[in-house]
Order: sequence, then C-alpha cells, then structure tokens
Amino acid sequence: MRGFFHRHGKFQPLPTDEERPNQHIPEDMWVKCPKCQELLYSKELQHNARVCPKCNYHFRLRARERIALLADDGSFTEWDTDLQPEDPLNFADGSGPYTRKLQQTQAKSGESEALITGIARLDGRPLVLVVADFDFLGASMGSVFGEKLVRAAERCAEQGVPLLTVSASGGARMHEGLFSLMQMAKTVAALDRLGRARVPHLAVLTDPCYGGVTASYATVADVIIAEPGALIGFAGPRVIEQITKQKLPDGFQTAEFLLAHGMIDVIVERTSLRGMVLSLLDHYARAGGRADRFGSAPAETAERETGSLIAVGSETGRD
Amino acid sequence: MTERAGPSTEGRDSPTAWDRVKMARHPERPHFLDYLDELTTEFIELHGDRSFGDDRALIGGLAKLGERTVLVLGHQKGNNTRENITRNFGMARPEGYRKAERLLRHAAKFGIPVVTLIDTPGAEPGIGSEERGQATAIAESLLTMAGLDVPIVAVVIGEGGSGGALAIGLADRILMLENAIYAVASPEACAAILWKDTAKAADAAATMRITAAELARFGIVDEVIAEPRPAHEQPRETIKAVGAAITRHLSLLEAIFPRADASAATRLRDARYAKFRHIGAWRDDVAQAHGLEAFALSNS
Repeated sequence: MRGFFHRHGKFQPLPTDEERPNQHIPEDMWVKCPKCQELLYSKELQHNARVCPKCNYHFRLRARERIALLADDGSFTEWDTDLQPEDPLNFADGSGPYTRKLQQTQAKSGESEALITGIARLDGRPLVLVVADFDFLGASMGSVFGEKLVRAAERCAEQGVPLLTVSASGGARMHEGLFSLMQMAKTVAALDRLGRARVPHLAVLTDPCYGGVTASYATVADVIIAEPGALIGFAGPRVIEQITKQKLPDGFQTAEFLLAHGMIDVIVERTSLRGMVLSLLDHYARAGGRADRFGSAPAETAERETGSLIAVGSETGRD
Repeated sequence: MTERAGPSTEGRDSPTAWDRVKMARHPERPHFLDYLDELTTEFIELHGDRSFGDDRALIGGLAKLGERTVLVLGHQKGNNTRENITRNFGMARPEGYRKAERLLRHAAKFGIPVVTLIDTPGAEPGIGSEERGQATAIAESLLTMAGLDVPIVAVVIGEGGSGGALAIGLADRILMLENAIYAVASPEACAAILWKDTAKAADAAATMRITAAELARFGIVDEVIAEPRPAHEQPRETIKAVGAAITRHLSLLEAIFPRADASAATRLRDARYAKFRHIGAWRDDVAQAHGLEAFALSNS
C-alpha cells in the first residue's frame, strides 16, 4: 500500500544547507532523534524528508521545507509577501511589546509572518499551498495569517484550483486579541465559499496542531490527513491535566488517537504525502464536475487555466 | 491607516477591564434561561446531538420573541454550585456544539431567524471532549453559521470565552452588553502563558482589549447595549434592553433581506462573509508603496 503512492514519483528530496543558504536548517553534522535517541547523519535525515530512518519519527519541518518537499522544482510562486503584521492592541506582556517580539521573530525566522501561501505544481498540476511555519510565534493565527489564507482560498474558488493546507499551530495569537479569534470565523467562512464552488480542500495536520487552528479552517476540509505521531487537539495536554487532575491516557491526542476516534481520514507518512495528494486529486478529477480544472490535465491546459492565478502571484510576489 | 487603541480615555471612576471581568462573571448576573423566561413565550427546548448525548451547558430550542418564532441558542451557567455542576459552568462539550449545529440547520430549513446568547468561560477542556472532537465540533458549527441563509443575531451577555464562545457567534450582528467581555483567551490563561504568572490576570485583561467599548471601536462588535447599572443589580431592565436590541436588529435584517426575495439568502450570506472578511489589522507594503489605502482595521 505504501508503494502505491509512490507511483507518481517519490517526494522531492529536501535541499541541503549549501543549496538553500537562507533557510535555517540544522548545521550540525549529526542529529539525535528525540524518539529513538539514535544519532543520525544530518544529510541523510534531510534526504529522508526529516523522518528518522530508524524509528520513523517525523521531525518538525519549516514551511519552506514542506513546500520544497511537495512542489515540483521551482514551481512555487509565493503570494502576498508584503502583508505585514500590525499591533492593533498596543500589546505588551512581561517580555515587552508585541512589535519588538515581531521584529525579533521576523529576524530569527527569516519569514514575515507565520503563514506562507502561493501556487505550485505537483506533477504538473496546479495546487495552492498554504503552509504554517511553527518557528514563527508557534504559527499562531493572527490577522495576517487569516488574511493570507482567505486570499488564497478566494483565488482557489475563483479559478477552480484545489487547496492544500498544512498546519502546525499553538492556536490563535493572543497578542492580537479578538482580531485573532475572529480569524477562525473569517477563514471558515472563506472555506464555506470554497466548498460551494466544489473545489477540494485537503488539510494536513502536523505536529503540533492546537486551539483556534484545529477548531477552524484546519478541520473544515474534504480530507483530513495527519502525519504519524503528530499531536493534535483543542486544549493542550498540560491544561487538561491541570484542570481535570486526571492522568491522560497513553497516546492521548496523537494522530493515531484521532484516527481511532474518527476525527481524521487518514495518517500518511511524510514521504508518501505527495503521492497521496496526487491520487486524491485524480479521484476528484475522474468524478467530473469541475474536476477537469484540477485533474491530471496536460501541462498546457493547466497553464492556461491558472494563467491568471500565476499573474496574481507575480504581481504581488517578491520574486 | 491603522487606528491604534491608545490608553483608555475613560474617566478615573469608570470600571477597569478587570472590574468588567468580575461583573461579567458575577454569579447573580442574569443567565441565558433568565433571558428566555423574560423575553420569550412558548419555548420548546430541543435536546441532543443525535449522536452521543445532550449537553446541558449549551441549550437551544424554538421560542416566540414578540411576534416572531426564533431559534434560540445559548450557553447556560448555573446560579449555584449544584446547577453549575449540571451545567458544567457553562462550558460546552462537543455534543453541545453538534446540537447547536443541528439546530442551526433546523432553523434554516424552516426560515427561522437565529438568536444566540453567549456566556461561557470557554469550551470544556477534558479527555472526553478531546476524544469526541471538541475542535472539529466548533469548526463545523462555524461552517454551518457561515453558510446559513437565515439572519443570525448574537449577543455576548456575560463571558465571551474564546473558541467556545465564537462557536455560536458567527453572526450577522454581534451585540455586547456594556459589562460583558469577549476574549481570545481568559485573562488568567493569557497571564499564565505570556507573563508566566496568573497573578497578572488584571494586567492581561487591560492589555487584551476585551471590553465592549474597545471591541466596538475595533469594528468587531456592532452595538454595545448599555448597562446603566450592572446587570446583576438590575437584571430585568438589562434583559429588556437586550430583547429590544435583538428585535430591532432582526427587523432590520429582515427588511434588508426579505424572505420573499429570492436573492435574499445569497445576499445575506455574502454580507455575513463581507463582515468577517474585513476583520483584521495588517499592513500591505505594496499598497503603501503605491500610495493606495491599505486594507487595515475593519470598518474604520
């Protein structure tokens, strides 16, 4: 069964340090697997999509690593890179003002916000990618996160291009107060419209995925996929333990736990994700409807159909 | 450009955000069922999610409000410890949100407008709630509200606690009592996470901008219903003011989106989408570079 998803070709190997100098990738030669404690050669780990070859532990991925893993080489056009977070509350906590925290996070992560959106090709087929970056304030959902997601979903609905969201998040961003909470409503409302346009939304939940993200766009999907071992839930395990004074069951809130409780469709290993997404798109394409738009159309047709989307990308994108 | 919420301009004697938190949680503040008793007749509670159970913290049914039949949904806190145990302190479980979702569809089927009263510390954090998909239940309730083709009026009457509150709050009109609060997280949780000190809850409450007046300034809340005296001191008057505001907004919505008009349902959904679509605060560097007005704070 695992081999089945490889028929579209294996995942794209992740670039190593030399190939992608701007992106933070562990520079150490050796990395210790937090699950099996095995020392792994970092280049080998990178070539295995950052999955431990010994115990199958899925290391967390940066958003751009995820995109590199899924998209055809050089096919990703990023959107809305100029959207910058604001500080509508004049928020400051024990560690200082939100604006300073944003500057520090931007400098450290190399990203302007926690969500990266754009259009890419998978095996030549257009697909909109919306990927959260956990290294940016725990990929918490604030105004820019919500706005970028909604713009992407609107373009998907308009053009009939399917949407793939990849989420990892601590939840809503507290520093933007109720603006953040309202992004839950805003993103779900955009996906309601995408659903009415009968354009598929595939959601991938990765470690860790909590709070306002799990309780909004990330679970409003036609297919919910999770990575093995990912922790996914509404309330965090420590909060639940503190409040209920109960011992949490083994494997609580893991992807496997969610699958057993009927909350997700399927667990897919990272190295099979690309093949799985392509197979799903094939199914919707065969079913007809608007499927010709997002099925395995020849490259030129796809080019024509998404021409305007790519134009949107180059208009606002940095590159 | 973006409007900033400066320091409070209210007088020295006006209540602080933390005072409002205490008022919003006051045990004698009127709760959902008090509003139902006072404002509606012929209430028929509709129980259960048809799947697992009947949540007692989030209840709903059909009721007559003035001359209208409405579908009412609300969180119910208890008036004493025993009731609070039954009502789980107003913290709904997944079956509560699934019941809400079922009743919303019920309302849409018969063209019945929806009124929701929000008053919860938040959705229940618990092992069972996680097992039964608390997050998914909230998300699906939001999805159904986004696509509902009958008018929805939501009123925050006490505590608007995070996702558990919003789950019945994706409405055409969001009203809020003057001493109610609406927050992304409880001030205690925010203080614990960002200050690493729950004793800073009052500071967090002020910084988080959770009061009705501030949220109205942000354009998120459509109307603040005055409490000349706090609701727990003047329950009947407060309830009547809430009832009048609900009726006024329902009449307005029905005038703009008349049921007889074939396009009204679509226009209503589009208007609801536009309302939430514009909520957010951000800066668009490209728009600024071109001297265009940036998409900034909603309605401001």
